[in-house]
Amino acid sequence: MRTIRFLLQKEFRQIFRNKSILAMVMVMPIVQLLILPLAADYEIKNINLAVVDEDRSPYSQKLISKITSSGYFRLTGFENNYNEAFRLIEQEKADIVLQIPPHFESTLVRENKSALFVAVNAINGTKASLGGSYLSAIIRNFNGEIRVQLMQPGRFSRVEQVETPTRFWFNPFLNYHMYMVPGILAILVTMIGGFLSALNIVKEKEVGTIEQINVTPIHKHHFILGKLIPFWVLGNIVFIIGLGVSWLVYGIVPQGNIALLFAFVAVYLLAVLGLGLLVSTLCETQQQAMFIMFFFMMVFILMGGLFTSVDSMPDWARVIVRFNPVSYLIDVMRMVILKGSNFGDVRQKMIIIAGFAIVLNTLAILNYRKRA
Amino acid sequence: MTPVITTNRLTKRFGDFVATDSLTFSVNQGEIFGFLGANGAGKTTAMRMLCGLSLPSSGDATIAGFDVYKQTEDIKKNIGYMSQKFSLYEDLTVLENIRFFGGIYGLNNRQIREKCDALINRLGMEDETGKLVASLPLGWKQKLSFSVAVLHDPKIVFLDEPTGGVDPVTRRQFWDLIYEAAARGVTIFVTTHYMDEAEYCNRISIMVDGKIEALDTPGNLKRQFRSESMDDVFYQLARKARRGD
Repeated sequence: MRTIRFLLQKEFRQIFRNKSILAMVMVMPIVQLLILPLAADYEIKNINLAVVDEDRSPYSQKLISKITSSGYFRLTGFENNYNEAFRLIEQEKADIVLQIPPHFESTLVRENKSALFVAVNAINGTKASLGGSYLSAIIRNFNGEIRVQLMQPGRFSRVEQVETPTRFWFNPFLNYHMYMVPGILAILVTMIGGFLSALNIVKEKEVGTIEQINVTPIHKHHFILGKLIPFWVLGNIVFIIGLGVSWLVYGIVPQGNIALLFAFVAVYLLAVLGLGLLVSTLCETQQQAMFIMFFFMMVFILMGGLFTSVDSMPDWARVIVRFNPVSYLIDVMRMVILKGSNFGDVRQKMIIIAGFAIVLNTLAILNYRKRA
Repeated sequence: MTPVITTNRLTKRFGDFVATDSLTFSVNQGEIFGFLGANGAGKTTAMRMLCGLSLPSSGDATIAGFDVYKQTEDIKKNIGYMSQKFSLYEDLTVLENIRFFGGIYGLNNRQIREKCDALINRLGMEDETGKLVASLPLGWKQKLSFSVAVLHDPKIVFLDEPTGGVDPVTRRQFWDLIYEAAARGVTIFVTTHYMDEAEYCNRISIMVDGKIEALDTPGNLKRQFRSESMDDVFYQLARKARRGD
């Protein structure tokens, strides 16, 4: 115990003397939580629309103004024919081309139906599919309006309509911040903990100070604990700051027990730090450690359920996700913060993460060799 | 005279490369043992095996009565080590470094306080105790390193080129520290490239291409090689070397 006290004293002194680490721990969570949720928004706006109006009738004018006034589209081209409009797609100036054929209005009035043509640039998949469906929704809506106008008294035909009212639970207004902020906070805690620990032991190897440690009778588990505890404390501080920012700026208050959230993060940090320390014992230079951690972080973040839903991944990918600690934290954060889940709901995830923590830290201790 | 270091055909291979080849020697308690050899002769490799930092490929060695294969942690309680590369914490102060290593070696608070005072007083570093080690000149860093290596009163201290790059005056002061430690009964195992320092040793060995080619007192070696100086002895042996940097 005494040895650990000396190790902790040394480690904390070094951390507090390193201004860049302090800045990373204090400023990074605040700035990232302020910027990322506002920018990383699933809603697609500013879809560039090119229109080819070959009808130039009151109805076509009305349709166009309905589309542009929706707020999702930006009219970037008004062309005479389809080829000209398609050139705008090629030049990346337009995402969607809407072609209104000649005699659109007269056909519609006479035959009670008419056709429109929509061409979508699918290079940006999300923008294309969402833009296409927004556009169809507006056209469908326009369609409904004019049918009512066209219906003449006496020729009353019952239009069959099935409406599906939807109620969104736990995030009733589909507020993206509620969804993104807990996830981003989960990633912040992971990044800071993972990188700080991964770079630490290997730095001692590079500078050579580890030789002086290895030649002492220090126990391996004491050494690893001396590294684990300081970063665990820092990780918790980052988490507290992050929760504060999400409450002050986004008004997000955990629906569930905040102590449960802290307990889960406490166990989770042990797992992430264990991974970092294991990488640090494996590598010889900080550069190697950095690259390996980047590899893990990329996989963890992109396969963690923050940006894309884990449920819609292929089976093999879902197997990988089971070994991704970040996905558990993101899940639990959302469960406890948004849904108010209790300990029973997250117990299984907690046990799995505790398992990760035990395995990774044991490996780090075993792999730390005092003798080459 | 009891031996505190004995080796028997101690060998370290890295793949096909034999870094140290069948070293057999012993060092007595309280002796100042000079471990000489050209760059790349295998001195540091040998020293790292003796300190329990590197696993031998074959052969045996006991340090302070403990086996280098099985009892490395017992060895570490009984030795001090100063590596070629300065390896105290540059971002800690002089005092913090001393206290840290004192604590790691298991000294109690009173011992640490007493050792600190004595050490700082001996080095005349009263005004530097609160300075970061990074800001000290090299000579002071080396003297501090040595003092930290003998802080826990080890039986043996291993010094790997402790005076490399240090000015002559500081080198003399450094050797005063070595003599004081030896007078307390500490065995000194030191590598150096300075032949005047070799003369300060009780016995020296000269390594060439991984093997010990000569081992005796400086006086005997000079007689054996019919030389006026250690410089000449070293030159006669080391020029046979085929490897180096």
